[in-house]
Amino acid sequence: MTPSDYEFLRKFLKDRSGLDLSADKQYLVESRLIPLARKAGLPGLGELVAKLKNGTEPLAAEVVEAMTTNETFFFRDKVPFDHLKATVLPELLRARASRRALRIWCAASSTGQEPYSIAMCLKELGPTLAGWRVEIVATDLSHGVLDKSRAGLFSQFEVQRGLPIQLLVKHFTQVGELWQLNADIRSMVQFKQLNLLQDFSHLGGFDVIFCRNVLIYFDQNTKTNVFGRLAKRIEPDGFLMLGAAETVVGLTDAFKPYPDRRGLYVANTARTAHAGAASAMPLRIVAAR
Amino acid sequence: MRTCLVVDDSSVIRKVARRILEGLDFQIVEAEDGEKALEICKRELPEAILLDWNMPVMDGYEFLGNLRRMPGGDQPKVVFCTTENDVAHIARALHAGANEYIMKPFDKDIVTAKFQEVGLI
Repeated sequence: MTPSDYEFLRKFLKDRSGLDLSADKQYLVESRLIPLARKAGLPGLGELVAKLKNGTEPLAAEVVEAMTTNETFFFRDKVPFDHLKATVLPELLRARASRRALRIWCAASSTGQEPYSIAMCLKELGPTLAGWRVEIVATDLSHGVLDKSRAGLFSQFEVQRGLPIQLLVKHFTQVGELWQLNADIRSMVQFKQLNLLQDFSHLGGFDVIFCRNVLIYFDQNTKTNVFGRLAKRIEPDGFLMLGAAETVVGLTDAFKPYPDRRGLYVANTARTAHAGAASAMPLRIVAAR
Repeated sequence: MRTCLVVDDSSVIRKVARRILEGLDFQIVEAEDGEKALEICKRELPEAILLDWNMPVMDGYEFLGNLRRMPGGDQPKVVFCTTENDVAHIARALHAGANEYIMKPFDKDIVTAKFQEVGLI
């Protein structure tokens, strides 16, 4: 790959998805995009770049999808789900006792394990949530992973990473060599395509936002921008859950850490009144989705 | 250092499991069937047991029943590790007192996740 092709792809991916590739990631681009170029009948990355420059939309979307990292598993890192069960849900069940409604958003839900883990946590509450309206909205940039998520079908390998065996027996049905989440859990989650760089105000307000292991791929300005817009989508007493390697420190004062709960943040109410300026990232190339 | 008893009639599986579990800071004891595993447990109970189902002499299911009836036999965390990959077998294992269940083939990530799940890591 020539340096100019790599620079084009870096800029293209950053504009499209926020992915901030450092100068030494040519190997990653080659390993993900050479198979895609071959599949498209192109001899190499030079030709792929030429096609992208001509604005071939389906191919552009495939390039973005090929470069996204979809590593996920059920109850990933465990601790966030302990926080959900021990801190977030008890506080919200008290605070929303009269409204009896909860809205939870998984931003960058990948192949669905995270929103379905949340759904299983809620299901385990049993009659406590009887009569409540609970919405779990799961979004991702990639149509491919959303299709897989909706089917709720997982390999034996996938159901063994993080999912307690009791929950496998309780909530899944064996379908040949795969395992399918039962319809009652699947129906708790709505999957939608969404690019976090674009406006997401149409999603409405949420009591809890899981935004884990996605901002790590963005540069500082993009992270700050996304945090600013997340702050406008979260209820004043709502919760933000970030990944183990992520923080708001130095990026935004719209959120502050929840004491002694690693990865869990709440709105910084002292600051929220002034947090109105963030808008969607200006996209040089607008995704035609 | 905590001890994990690896019970499997396949020496290859025992070797793979040993390598993974030693990497998780367990001291490993091996047994090739349930009867030998039970003898080991009568001498000293391990903290963890990685247990195959189908073995000669005494299978994993029978071993687990005997273990749980022993004095202190409710203490070890037992993780089945077997090719019996259907709901009926999983449910039977849980009913007999298994703490977790690994469906073969497995890898280090799966063993680590399952041992974390039962509080061994």
